[in-house]
Amino acid sequence: MSGFLDQIFVQAKEHILAAFAAAPVWLGQLISSLINIVALLAVFLSLFALVSVLERKILARIQNRLGPNRVGPFGLLQPAADGIKMLIKEDIVPTRADKAVHFLAPILIAMTAILALGIIPYGRNMTPFAIDGGILFFFAIGSTTELSVFMAGWGSNNKFSMLGAMRAIAQMVSYELPLIITVLPVVMVVGSLLPDTIVAAQGGYSLGFIPHWFVLTPWGATGFMLFFVAALVESNRTPFDVPEGESEIVAGHMTEYSGFKYAIFFLGEYLGMFAVSGLAVTLFLGGWHAPLPFLEFVPSWLWFFAKLGAMIFVFIWVRGTLPRTRVDQVMNFAWKFMLPMAFACILAAAVWHYAGRRFVSWLLSLGVVLLVYFALSRFLGAGKKFAPRSYRFAE
Amino acid sequence: MTPTLQLFLILSSALFCIGLLAALSRRHAVFILIGIEMMLAAAGLNFIAFWRFGPQPAPPTGVMITIFAIGIAAAEAAVGLALVIAVYRHLRTTNIDEIDELKG
Amino acid sequence: MNGAAFIFIAIFTLAAALAAAALGKLIHAALSFAAASVGVAAFYFLLGAEFVGLVQVFVYVGAVAVLIVFTILLTRRDLEKDHGFNWSGVFIALAVFAGLVWAILKSAKLSSAAQPLASLTVKQIGEALMTDYVWPLQCIGVILTAALVGALVLVMEERR
Repeated sequence: MSGFLDQIFVQAKEHILAAFAAAPVWLGQLISSLINIVALLAVFLSLFALVSVLERKILARIQNRLGPNRVGPFGLLQPAADGIKMLIKEDIVPTRADKAVHFLAPILIAMTAILALGIIPYGRNMTPFAIDGGILFFFAIGSTTELSVFMAGWGSNNKFSMLGAMRAIAQMVSYELPLIITVLPVVMVVGSLLPDTIVAAQGGYSLGFIPHWFVLTPWGATGFMLFFVAALVESNRTPFDVPEGESEIVAGHMTEYSGFKYAIFFLGEYLGMFAVSGLAVTLFLGGWHAPLPFLEFVPSWLWFFAKLGAMIFVFIWVRGTLPRTRVDQVMNFAWKFMLPMAFACILAAAVWHYAGRRFVSWLLSLGVVLLVYFALSRFLGAGKKFAPRSYRFAE
Repeated sequence: MTPTLQLFLILSSALFCIGLLAALSRRHAVFILIGIEMMLAAAGLNFIAFWRFGPQPAPPTGVMITIFAIGIAAAEAAVGLALVIAVYRHLRTTNIDEIDELKG
Repeated sequence: MNGAAFIFIAIFTLAAALAAAALGKLIHAALSFAAASVGVAAFYFLLGAEFVGLVQVFVYVGAVAVLIVFTILLTRRDLEKDHGFNWSGVFIALAVFAGLVWAILKSAKLSSAAQPLASLTVKQIGEALMTDYVWPLQCIGVILTAALVGALVLVMEERR
């Protein structure tokens, strides 16, 4: 029964494809790809709608108020109301804006986010497009986001938009390096860039109940935390939402966009969040594997979406809790702390692997990570000399 | 119609000549750099076409050369664009017809 | 190899490249150049070298195009003036193209069809990079470091 539920979507797709068995080969491949694409879009667009209302409700609860609760039971139909509102708004384009660039920017941002969702394994045998260099594909697509953000800022012919776009690109480019270097230990240990292989390498249990997820190793835990922070930055979420700083530069590169185009920007940001959370689940949290052996009767795709949901909850939680960082603090953090820690992760993974992957090697790699961390925390703040604080009115 | 090696080579020469066109006929320094980058991309396409249409299973030589060529193209773009910015700061122009003196 | 895919990608790439060479506004030309790079990457996928295609998108669109765009932004006061088009460049480019096409069509051995592709996995590329090509790998690391430092030195504001 559990096997049937696990492969239910794969069986459904085979069923549909069997109806086209007499068609030529290229038509069969096209139909197969179309089914994958339609399923992906259906799942993630409805997830987007759900998360947009859940985010508002969770943020509201953190801030001790109720969220949207008028439309539908507990406000869960709010996305429908939002969608209708966005669609009927007037589409204002500034007169001296670059029309083609202004139009293409939101499309490209949403397109790159959806493309990146295609290589993630959502369950056993459930990867939409298994490309041999899957992880590289993800990062190649992610690096085109910077160009789209620039197009959005430039096409608006607005100095604030341009400023927001420059800040966004500077932030994204700086954090791409820690993001990619943190993934390198995982690729090194597994020996493949194919996400399916990476998930398969995290199966199995030691001592009967400890799963082989990479987040439970020292380099994996550090890598996961660094990846999480870099993912926060790449999706322009608080505490790193300097590009969208609502109290500073209105909406940054999205200022001149109204109605449906703004909704597409919103969609692109959330889908980017889903894509990078999905990658974090695949690389560090064991993909679609269950955490304990006796829980394996639950279908694999259910485990994947549960882990994805947990990560999105932490994203929203961090947004509601932490204040925004200054743009120079963001840059300092990337280049002076995260990059050396990411390199330390690679070193720790190598130590773990060559010391035999036993408990001793676990302790040795933990030692490497802690050594670099304490060295950085000691010597990075050494240059700053703060004057003694003086209070003018609080005596 | 399966494409033959000749078709790929004609395509990459067309791309190369378009890059040459951009490098020779524009007067803005950044346009010229765009042309140079396009010429490098066309050359890489040539390498991969020859690798693919050679005897199989082929050693990955064509792929390796192209990977290194792309890396070098990136390095050269960085330095070239830094030069353009430095010249602009000094002479306040990017029109290559006006950048004709060695004395700063 | 699919003939229809070849024609489609060829038209897209050549159109984007021509736009990059001929458009008046610099930003449009830079973005068309990014599109042409994606077209070339699509050709790499068609030819079976997927890793190189991904590296092409990563480096050209993610790095070179962004650099070009930043340079356009930093040299902005020049943008309103149209620098003009030098028509003799067109003749030279056409002459070079004619010469190359004549040379290609004249060589007899180039018109054979492709043999079935033995797959080249990323693992094989990695092994080749670490065994046969380890010296070029180290050299390109040095070149990239030198380019990075050189570009920074060129662009840094001078402290008085």
